Amino acid sequence: MDLFEYQGKQFFAQYGMPVSAGEIAFSVDEALAAAERLGTPVMVKSQVLTGGRGKLGGIKFAADIDAVREHATNILGLDIKGHIVERIWIEKASDIAEEYYMSFTLDRGAKKHLGMLSAEGGMDIEEVAESTPEKISKIWVDPVDGLTDELAAQWVDGAGLNPAARDGAIAIAKQLYASYSEGDADLVEINPLILTPEGKVHVLDSKVTLDGNAEFRHPDYAQYDETQTRDEREQAAHAKGLQYVGLEGSVGVIANGAGLAMSTLDVINQVGGEPANFLDIGGGANADVMAGALEVINDDKNVKAIFINIFGGITRGEEVANGILEAMKRVKIDSPIVIRLDGTNAEEGRAILAPALNDRLMMETTMLDAARRSAELAAR
Amino acid sequence: MAIFVDETTKVIYQGLTGRQGSYYGGLNKEYGTQVVAGTHPKKAGTDVDGVPIYASVAEAVAATGATASCIFIPAPGVKDAVIEAAEGGIKFIVAITEGVPAHDEAWFFNKLQRDHPDVQLLGPNCPGIISPGKCNIGITAGHIAKAGGPVGIVSRSGTLTYQALYELKQKDIGVTTCVGIGGDPVPGTSFIDCLAAFEADPETKAIMMIGEIGGSAEEEAAEFIKNNVTKPVSSYVAGVTAPPGKKMGHAGAIVSGGKGTADAKMEALRDAGVLVGQNPTEAGELMAEIVAKL
Repeated sequence: MDLFEYQGKQFFAQYGMPVSAGEIAFSVDEALAAAERLGTPVMVKSQVLTGGRGKLGGIKFAADIDAVREHATNILGLDIKGHIVERIWIEKASDIAEEYYMSFTLDRGAKKHLGMLSAEGGMDIEEVAESTPEKISKIWVDPVDGLTDELAAQWVDGAGLNPAARDGAIAIAKQLYASYSEGDADLVEINPLILTPEGKVHVLDSKVTLDGNAEFRHPDYAQYDETQTRDEREQAAHAKGLQYVGLEGSVGVIANGAGLAMSTLDVINQVGGEPANFLDIGGGANADVMAGALEVINDDKNVKAIFINIFGGITRGEEVANGILEAMKRVKIDSPIVIRLDGTNAEEGRAILAPALNDRLMMETTMLDAARRSAELAAR
Repeated sequence: MAIFVDETTKVIYQGLTGRQGSYYGGLNKEYGTQVVAGTHPKKAGTDVDGVPIYASVAEAVAATGATASCIFIPAPGVKDAVIEAAEGGIKFIVAITEGVPAHDEAWFFNKLQRDHPDVQLLGPNCPGIISPGKCNIGITAGHIAKAGGPVGIVSRSGTLTYQALYELKQKDIGVTTCVGIGGDPVPGTSFIDCLAAFEADPETKAIMMIGEIGGSAEEEAAEFIKNNVTKPVSSYVAGVTAPPGKKMGHAGAIVSGGKGTADAKMEALRDAGVLVGQNPTEAGELMAEIVAKL
């Protein structure tokens, strides 16, 4: 779950990190009111869940109220890499002496938490990592020990920051780790972390990804879930509790298991089709789940054929078959359906489906054949 | 022979009294697995279909001599359940539960490595392990696997694990052990752990490895195969067509920052001499060719 910059800053502030005063605005009037309350100069910052806002005109400095009006007018509605700006963050402007980068994320290879700190902040850190890796100070934190004072100091000292920033950076490192660990984040990143001319270390941007699996111990996650940007199809599927990712093609996909669903997309591509979505209905393919899945797929106007790919492990074939027939009674399906049913009690399942087969409901015995058939149907 | 578990393995089920635990525990027992006990802090002295319930793992181990456990506890309790199992004397822990927070997984992985280096954790968020004809721990349907070898299977995805077993059974090829390591960011057992165990197992003559997008586990496995595995390997990597930045169901299955693509993984595996199929069926066919030449 990705947070907007302003949500990330509010998240950081809960752990005591120094962030600038600011307000969220959805209109030019709200932006002006916010700037009046905060006092100019302010920054006008688009809130979108993608990087590179600054280069595309999504972040502007406003010396006075007229400038706030101009920038807010221009930025609201702006298209930033396909994300339309609906909200802007009005924030007290800061004087910057130096810009740093600081982050924590899981190093899956090392199975430890990786901290990265660089005196070369403010730019694309992947480029720094690529061209001058020696400019990134790295630490691996054992989750059992956490970030100790010694390790934090060693990390900061290794990054070559301005000596004036040392104590402030160590304090923020500890707070950032606490937000990452206690807050159950997959990623916390500050870019830039700034040193002001007065010698203060301050958080000027935020990038936070939270682990949805930890929502049970973070009731506050619900507010972030509400602001997730999903396309309409994804929103509908999310509401039904389905694992769905929207794609661009014309073959709707329903499969049980994430691996099989991914594999289904691969096979459709291999036979020349284009999948419209990833959809994993999970282990139990009962009628309710199947009906919900068919509804979501059916509402996608790009879909011209549907491929239902089920491998019954514990799920039994006859239950799947009954689920499909029951779901088809409940939902009027616009596209032809191709079913591949294998695994546990597949014979029984196929026998149940056999009388219902026609040119709108077809069955193939292998995944490849079913992919071919559905790709052909979608191409007509 | 099989790896990790066989007909002598005694298994306790943490969460046997729950809906999932009693269902799959029952199926595992029916399959022939030695399901010797369940645990529940408040239900000691009762039983589930004749399987006795103890208050703690330590008590269950003391009473039964179990060396393996299977966890069906809901996600919030998995961290404590894993540690309770290790402290209670269990040497092989299978955590089926999905949705465990990544920070918990990272924590107990490192905790086990430090305080219980002799304990092997499988999962969380995995289908479990089956040594066909001998022992089935988890949610794999036992009948889709043919017993006897010569192939060992390791897979990150549940349904593709079944698909792999099924492809081999269709071709009348047996399996020594099939390990589903799960699709989470910090799996307790890695591809490499399984590859090393299969390499050391005299009955396993060939290995089938099913990967997916995200992380670098397949690349690390390829490196390991190149240097340490003499047995032939066939493979498939799911997610060739997955768009970057979108999680494909599994917490670990995401292409981010241009890393973790299926193409890069397949390339690394080919470099290591692995026969890579474009889909599970092709990987099965490649394995059949390998087995025919053994």
